[in-house]
Formats: sequence, C-alpha cells, structure tokens
Amino acid sequence: MHPAPSVIIFTTFSGLGFGLLFWLGVGALVPGGLSAFIWFTIAYVAAVGGLLASTFHLGHPERAIKAFSQWQTSWLSREGIAAVATLLIMAFYGAGLVFGGTRFAALGWLGAVGALTTIFTTAMIYAQLRTVPRWHHWTTPALFLTLSLGGGALLGGQVSETIGLLALAGGLQLYAWAMGDKRFQRSGTDMDTATGLGHIGKVRAFEPPHTGTNYLMREFIHVVGRRHAVQLRAIALGLGFVLPVVLLLLPFSHIFAVFAVFSHIAGVLVVRWLFFAQAEHVVGLYYGKR
Amino acid sequence: MTQLPGPTAKKLGLVIDLDTCVGCHACVISCKAWNTENYGVPLSDQEPYGADPSGTFLNRVHSYEVQPAQGTAQLVHFPKSCLHCEDAPCVTVCPTGASYKRVEDGIVLVNESDCIGCGLCAWACPYGARELDAKEGVMKKCTLCVDRIYNENLPEEDREPACVRTCPSGARHFGDLGDADSDVSKLVAERGGFDLMPEQGTKPVNKYLPPRPKDAEPQIDILAPFLEPIAQDGKGFVGWLDKALSALPGGAK
Repeated sequence: MHPAPSVIIFTTFSGLGFGLLFWLGVGALVPGGLSAFIWFTIAYVAAVGGLLASTFHLGHPERAIKAFSQWQTSWLSREGIAAVATLLIMAFYGAGLVFGGTRFAALGWLGAVGALTTIFTTAMIYAQLRTVPRWHHWTTPALFLTLSLGGGALLGGQVSETIGLLALAGGLQLYAWAMGDKRFQRSGTDMDTATGLGHIGKVRAFEPPHTGTNYLMREFIHVVGRRHAVQLRAIALGLGFVLPVVLLLLPFSHIFAVFAVFSHIAGVLVVRWLFFAQAEHVVGLYYGKR
Repeated sequence: MTQLPGPTAKKLGLVIDLDTCVGCHACVISCKAWNTENYGVPLSDQEPYGADPSGTFLNRVHSYEVQPAQGTAQLVHFPKSCLHCEDAPCVTVCPTGASYKRVEDGIVLVNESDCIGCGLCAWACPYGARELDAKEGVMKKCTLCVDRIYNENLPEEDREPACVRTCPSGARHFGDLGDADSDVSKLVAERGGFDLMPEQGTKPVNKYLPPRPKDAEPQIDILAPFLEPIAQDGKGFVGWLDKALSALPGGAK
C-alpha cells in the first residue's frame, strides 16, 4: 500500500491525542486552570491535527460531512462519529477543569470510552480489509489501542502505565511483524485463484494492460521502500519502545521525559510507515507484483 | 445506502470467454469512449501524450502466460472490470452512501455527487475494479453501461454494454445471471464458468469461461526436417572474406 504522509500523520498523531484524552478522562491526571488548558490544547492539537491531515487525501473534502451517515456498515463512518462525539464530550469536560476547577467524573469516563472507541474504529478501517491480509487480523486493533494508550500515557506523564503499555505494544508489534510476514501466503489468494488458470499450469503475468502506470499500481503496489524493512523495524522498535522505556526507568528528569516523547513519536511514525509500505494488496497479483 | 440489498432476483452481469478473447483491447477503448461522455464525470487522462501517461479506465485487459507441466506455454488474454459482486465489500465500507448496489438488477454504482474520494472502496475491492479519477477526485467504476442497457433512444441491438457490443471475437456476453434459463447462465453451466478469487467471499456475478484444452499440434510438413538449411558457410572468395573479417579486432565469430 502507498504510505501516504497524510494517513501516517493522521494515525500517529490522532492516536496520541486520543490516548492522552483517555488518561485525562479517567482522571489519571486532573489538572486545573492554565495547566488544564495546556494539557487539553496538546491533546486537541494532536487529535484534531491528525484528523485534519486525514482529509488531505480526500478527493472532495468539502463533502466530508456526508461521511457521518453510514455508521451501520462503514467503519470509516463510525470512526468519524466517534471522533467528533469524543472531542465534544471532552471539550465540556476540559472546560469544567479549566474554568470551573471542577471534574465532571461521569463526563470524563464517557469521553475516555469515546477515545477508546475512536482508536478502535480507526484500526478497524484497516483490519476489516480482507484484501490486505497483513492487516486483516486482531493484532491490528490490539496494536493501535496499546500504542495510543501507551503514547497517551507517555504524553500525560504516567510513568508506570507507559512502561507497561509500551512493553506490551513492543511485544505485540514483534508478534504482528512475524505473523504478518506469512499471512499473504496463508490467505489462500494467489495467482491461481486470481486468474482461475492454475489448473492449466503455472501462471505468470506476461503483459500489463498498459505501458504506463495507473491509480491501482500507485495506490496498492509499493515495492521501493520495502528493501530496508529490517533496518526500519529495528529503528522503529528502538525509538518507539525501547528508548522511551529506558529513559523513563532512569532517575526522573524533564529532559529525559521530553526525549522519550520525541523518540516515541519518531518511532511510531516509522511503525506506521512500515504498516502501509509493507502491506500487500491482493490486486497486485493481477500485475504479477506485490 | 451502503447496506447491501440482500440477494437480488435479477443479477445482470458479464460472461467473459478466455478461450475466445484475442487481447485486442477494443473493449477497453469502447468502454472509455462511452463512459467518458455519459454516466458521471469524464474519465480523465494525465499526460496522455507525455513521457509518463496514465488515466482512468473501467476495463483493462491483462495478458498471462500459463506454462503447463508439459508442452508449450499458452498466452491467455484476460479482460477485467467490475464483477458486480453479490456481497460487494466496496459498498459496505463507503462512509457516505455514495456506493450502492441496485435492488432491481444488482448493478453496483457510485453516486458521484456523494463521493468524497476517500478511496476506501478501492482498497476493499480485491479485483482493482475501482479507480479514483485523478482530475475529478471521485471514484469511477464499471456501470454495466446502465445508460445503454435500458436506453430506449438506442436501437435495440445497442442496448448492451459498450464492451460487449464492440467485441470483435464474441468473447463478451451480457445477461441475467440470476435467471438459470438465460443464455449467459446456460453458457456458464456448459463451459464451467468460474469466479475470480472465490476465497475473498465477494460472490461475483460476472463469470469467466476457461480456455478450452489445446489441440496437440500434428507434424505439419513431414519433409521439413530433411530440407537443406539455406544459410551455409561461404565458399571461395566469400568464405575467405568471412574468415578474414572475423579475424579483425572485434570481428563477428
């Protein structure tokens, strides 16, 4: 799949923002006044900024309002509704903390559930696709959730939660990579089922339908970046999971905490780049490519 | 509405004969010609006369080489367009309701004025049947020429999809695959028509007919092996010239 910057930025920063909103909602940190304003601003900049980035890949962003209508079947529609509802609920919850100095606990918990729902529905947009075997697995929502909660805890200064969640997410990521590498072969979709010609002999793509490229090849067949996948996985693990945990285990210092946050964000950006670049769509088979 | 209508009684679709298709791409061109001027926005091209041309097509012809365990390889031309699946994954993922499957005949269409161009339906389609138009930013797909097949302004013989109408080798057939007695259903039953990627669970309406087994080629000319080869080493002056030139640096051996 084409690793479009808009979706990488969207999944990374929205994940972080909603993760932080979760910890704010459950009351793991209860700031007041100006400090509450700063915390909520950070969460909203990440969450809303990510959501806005995702609209950049739309052909007609001005019609985006229509995307709230098909929640009965579409995970993308559900995600939009969950995101907007969560942001609204948490805006009231945040206003209570900033201006009134009071915590509406029920509203906070509702917002936290909304944040979890938003992250889950984002993950399901990818996990629902049978056409991309690497994504079509329970590890996709599990990873999105643990990464968002871990990253949110890190942003929110929840040290022990961060260490636990990032360790869990790192383990899950290793498992998802190891299993994901084999899933295309095990999906049962190959040149034989794509063409139905396997009973005659071995099928090979001989001539493509055109001399140039097309939308399908640009969108679904991304070969170039996979060459350095092993090195990038090591970088992603190191920056996203290992270094932040090590920095948090050291005696506490604000400098280390800031480094941990930036290292984690860089690592998650690499994780998400790999998530798209390494995902292979079955339509590539028709072009004899993956 | 992106909820699927459930099994439709009428299932209009195509039957594509891989035995007969000669790979001329006439269906690709007639499809582009009809659909760029009719249903929805035009099918745009980018740099059509430049170094890196590309464009939106609703129908494309691939060619595959099939190598049997024994004997010579076979070339199979393979037209591919929307299969108008019964369980169309492209429809249910659509967040706006722009994609829908018609109750009356099972045709899968895009209402372009509702399409936000998110591309998720193209991600959900295993066949590459949907292409986002680079100029208009909306999703384009085969309409089964819905604006031809019911069009009473056209002569009756033209009321079939443009690709079917134009195919010079009769490799494309159009009809109701929900009716077991229709010509296309009989053809599928007779020739062992099959689904593409059945394991994806999409239940395609369009069917493909497999290439018929190849005849074993008999020896065409029994005398051919005994004929003298025409090209021989030169004799006399020409032979000497041949050797002399070959001996020069870089000469042909």
